[in-house]
Amino acid sequence: MNVSVAPSSVGLSQARPITVAVLAMGGQGGGVLVDWIVALAERRGWFAQSTSVPGVAQRTGATIYYIEMIAPDAGKPDRHPVLSLMPAPGKVDIVIGAELMEAGRAILRGLVSPDRTLLIGSSHRSLAVIEKTAPGDGTADASQVYEAANVAANRFIAFDMAEIAEATGSVVSSVLFGALAGSNALPFATEDFEETIRAAGVGVDASLRAFTAGRERAVATLKQDPKIKPAAKPPLAKRFPRLEPIGHAGYDPLVARAWQLPPELHGIVAAGLQRVVDYQDVAYGGEYLDRLEAMPREATGLMQAFAKYLAVAMAYDDVIRVADLKTRAGRFDRVRREVRVGDSQVLAITEFFHPRIEEMAGLLPPFLGEKVERSERLARLIDRGRKLRTTSPLAFLMLYGVAGLRRFRRRTLRHAREMRHLDQWAQRVRKFASSDVALATAVCEARRLVGGYSDTHSRGESKFDKVMLASERLAGRPDAAEWVQRLIKVALKDADGTELDGALRTVETLFEDA
Amino acid sequence: MAERSFAREVEDLKLGAGQEFRGEGILAITKALLECGVSYVAGYQGAPISHLMDVLSDAQDILSDLGVHFESSASEATAAATLAASVMYPVRGAVTFKAPVGINVASDALANLTSGGVTGGALIIIGEDYGEGSSIMQERSHAFAMKSQLWLVDPRPNVASIVKAVHDSFELSEASNTPVMLEVRIRACHVHGRFATRDNVRPAFPLSRALDQPSRDTNRIVLPPASFLHEKEKIEQRWPAAVEFIHARGMNETFDGDIDDIGIIMQGGMYNGVITALREAGLADIWGETRVPLYVMNVTYPIVDREVIDFCRDKKAVLMVEEGQPEFIEQALHKILRNADIPAKLHGKDLFPMAGEYTAQVMGEAIGAFIRRWRPDALSDAARAPNLDRTEVDEKIRALATVVPPRPPGFCTGCPERPIFSAMKLVEKELGPHHVAADIGCHLFSILPPFNIGATTMGYGLGPASASAFNVPAGKRPISMMGDGGFWHNGLTSGVGNAVFNQHDGVIVVVDNYYSAATGGQDIPSSRADNRSRSTKHPIVEAVKGVGAKWVRQIDRTYDVSRMRDTLREALTTEEKGPKIIVASSECMLNKQRRVKPLVAAAAKRGERIVRERFGVDEDVCSGDHACIRLSGCPSLSVKPTSDPLKDNPVAVVDNSCVGCGHCGEVADAAVLCPSFYRADVVSNPTAFEARLDRLWQRMIGALQRWRAGRRIMFEQEAA
Repeated sequence: MNVSVAPSSVGLSQARPITVAVLAMGGQGGGVLVDWIVALAERRGWFAQSTSVPGVAQRTGATIYYIEMIAPDAGKPDRHPVLSLMPAPGKVDIVIGAELMEAGRAILRGLVSPDRTLLIGSSHRSLAVIEKTAPGDGTADASQVYEAANVAANRFIAFDMAEIAEATGSVVSSVLFGALAGSNALPFATEDFEETIRAAGVGVDASLRAFTAGRERAVATLKQDPKIKPAAKPPLAKRFPRLEPIGHAGYDPLVARAWQLPPELHGIVAAGLQRVVDYQDVAYGGEYLDRLEAMPREATGLMQAFAKYLAVAMAYDDVIRVADLKTRAGRFDRVRREVRVGDSQVLAITEFFHPRIEEMAGLLPPFLGEKVERSERLARLIDRGRKLRTTSPLAFLMLYGVAGLRRFRRRTLRHAREMRHLDQWAQRVRKFASSDVALATAVCEARRLVGGYSDTHSRGESKFDKVMLASERLAGRPDAAEWVQRLIKVALKDADGTELDGALRTVETLFEDA
Repeated sequence: MAERSFAREVEDLKLGAGQEFRGEGILAITKALLECGVSYVAGYQGAPISHLMDVLSDAQDILSDLGVHFESSASEATAAATLAASVMYPVRGAVTFKAPVGINVASDALANLTSGGVTGGALIIIGEDYGEGSSIMQERSHAFAMKSQLWLVDPRPNVASIVKAVHDSFELSEASNTPVMLEVRIRACHVHGRFATRDNVRPAFPLSRALDQPSRDTNRIVLPPASFLHEKEKIEQRWPAAVEFIHARGMNETFDGDIDDIGIIMQGGMYNGVITALREAGLADIWGETRVPLYVMNVTYPIVDREVIDFCRDKKAVLMVEEGQPEFIEQALHKILRNADIPAKLHGKDLFPMAGEYTAQVMGEAIGAFIRRWRPDALSDAARAPNLDRTEVDEKIRALATVVPPRPPGFCTGCPERPIFSAMKLVEKELGPHHVAADIGCHLFSILPPFNIGATTMGYGLGPASASAFNVPAGKRPISMMGDGGFWHNGLTSGVGNAVFNQHDGVIVVVDNYYSAATGGQDIPSSRADNRSRSTKHPIVEAVKGVGAKWVRQIDRTYDVSRMRDTLREALTTEEKGPKIIVASSECMLNKQRRVKPLVAAAAKRGERIVRERFGVDEDVCSGDHACIRLSGCPSLSVKPTSDPLKDNPVAVVDNSCVGCGHCGEVADAAVLCPSFYRADVVSNPTAFEARLDRLWQRMIGALQRWRAGRRIMFEQEAA
């Protein structure tokens, strides 16, 4: 640091400590990392002071640790340094974020400054509660942290340390410690870092593996031109199947029919077609194309939205579908992978079902189903939680049997209702398409409000119906589509629909003024 | 069993003269107590001194070898009352708790203790929980020292100074027959540093001698007329004796500097911050050399007037660095300086903010303003006109404020308290929202998303008491919360006993997780652990019935959300009068994991059959509505993006930190959410029969699956 010094301060030592701030979430090993850094400095005979504001109760909350360290002054062997207990904005040399948004938090708090701060962050995300609770997609935009870091930090080292920790059987702290070593920001040798880990004596081998992997990644990052700024990983892309024949006498003609649609639609139509055929049968795929072809094909955006939500609406979630998905071989394999079952281990899978009378009645023909639905006695019998062990024969056979009811699906009460609802929607889309394509598209997209099971499903459907009513009211206005889109957006924000109701009242005021 | 073990660190307590201790502040304080020949130590856990209690607990063998009695008190009041042992007998004692809430609870005992005065040194170590990271209301402990006339020591925040303060405080207490409070701020409690140790000292006067040869002096008892004399004695004898001792011992420190027409006075705890601010201004260095003279009040009450006068005499301006409000010390300094006709201009809260923590930034700005005002010539150009921090104004950085999510503390993965609030949310859906009186403890996190439950919190164990007024006929009953920690602290009497006596018609939920969990997992009377030095396993239900409660329900597995919900509903709707008490018990998962993990690892090593449970979500069944998360908030239940082009929302996912508590599955069932959840039981080292049977079944199931797959079109995606 080149700080100009007033002449009269001659005599004061110009030494300054190396300052390190660690931002982590409570209970995620930030304390271990800090202990390592302190032990490392003391191993080399330095003074080191660490503090934290964990508060024992700060379970999963954001926590800041702060370290200052300095080599002893040969001229003043008996003097102890006076070190600060808290980081000062603009005066931190190294900032470590144990998770991407914690790195972001450090920037927000002004701890990261372009003239001095090395920012080391793990790029993995551990989502905060408010990101997870939104009915839609509430996850924060990671790329903005990268953009801010590239402005705020002197150097920025970021990679997915959780992934490395997982692969090496260790924790993020070990990888961060490795990245710190690889960054060369501390005047200590790699061996000193490694000895520190060994001396701590817990999970040494795994920690060292993670440390080395982290160090190597950091070294590689620093070899790059500093002008190359790290960027966020692109979000997971949607995977569209190809619209092509598969050598099936029933399916291939559907493909040939679908080819007649504009090429921009082929990806989404392939996905939709496969979904409905998988859901029911080839004939159902034909029905899908019938409905699709009834739409004016020149409006591509509208058609794309319709192709998507039509498939979703036709492949509604019912008991048959769930039983089918739960009993497939591919699903068993996926669970084995996800929960990491070894060859010598035995896996038992237990499903949590809570069928309501509505679901059971939905399986029956309409005249019978409507009666059953109203029976309170039956409801009491049916309506309770059931745990089924699908890896044992009895429960498996039961679900397998329910999945086999697929061939009767078209004759069920549920199907009749779903199709009625679907047709009303499709009609509305067609009606608007002739006068206001944007509104028609928005009405298509409103279908995303419907989905799920039981309460969730009825809540979603009631939101959808409200938006539909509003769309009728708004039709004819130049900003109708914008309004419907706005309504969809707020409907996705909270579960109980308070915000949607508020927005609907606003819509009403549009007409009061007129 | 406490959350953190200090078994290794407490070995450092045995260090002798001429050795060096390295470690955390709280451990250093314990070492200092032993060096001072303390006879007994007691306390009540709570951040930031929870670890001090844990250290003492882990050091019990060392303590008993030295003849030191240690106990975890039922409350801060109990701890403070323990110091009564030092009233009649020349024994040194120390107690500890967090401040100011602990002092609030303890203040009755402290006031009585201080009135009569002490013979042996009595030390109250308080963890001052003020500023960032604090979980309590923001107040100063200083007022307690002033109202009761007990002395407040506020040492410089480094391990050596804190240790020295412990030594000095015992002597100060004995020299002035007054208990002494030693204040350690939150960061100082956790500060890592080093100091030169001395030998531990056995107490000279064993407690057993007091019991065998009791003595009493009615002049020390708080009873008229002695109490009238105490009030005079405080002012006429003890105060002057304290001031004399503080001065003679040099407890407060003065650091000279060449810019001697100005100076800075500070609470000891502010010293490091002041030096750092001066260093940034080029007026001090890392080794503590300063150009601006400093007067460091390691004792902030009482003030030694003549030291202040001497320091300010030839100065044109002085800055008082005093954190928190009201500005007690600054007010006192004005009086001292005026009485002594000292013209120095006194700055303080005119340059510092009246309220809030003195962060590095606050300190830098205020001290900078002080120097610029009186001695701008002493500053470098850069310090006089610092460049603007340009990152603050960059729009990419400002945009971050809307991106970085708040991350308040919440329930841990698998926490047994989560299902209680999930059940409460479900009852809320049926019966509408209720007034919920919350309490201190982990369950307080229910106030935050996703539960958003709880209206007030009035102090530890006071949840039910804080619903007292709501004992009137109404359509709905109030619900009040209390943890097992708060229950044994005072809730049994202040809450349950009070409700029984006043025929309160509300619902009281006692969250029993087998530990004082929020403070780090210490044992309490209802703990179910075997504790070699404490008596545990005293059921809360029996205590509740013992004070006369009639409608009492015990739920022994809180994860049973349906039962929890049904019990709550019954409590809210039953015709029965009087308090409805639900004791909801399941072991704190953090502590359970710590307890069980080594056992499981050992069993696995021996090749025994082990079942590992965890939950999962079927991605293709999940509709991405996230209702499960809104009723849970479990850290291991998250969302992930999906590549399915027909799905708009990220789908739910259970990560590998899942401990298999079952809450998500139970909620999905109780709330009738969706069938996406499954539980996987992974059996390691299965029995031969079990493995053979499983192979047979999987062959059967596999055959059925293949048969159906053969009759369906297999698309590429599914096969992958």
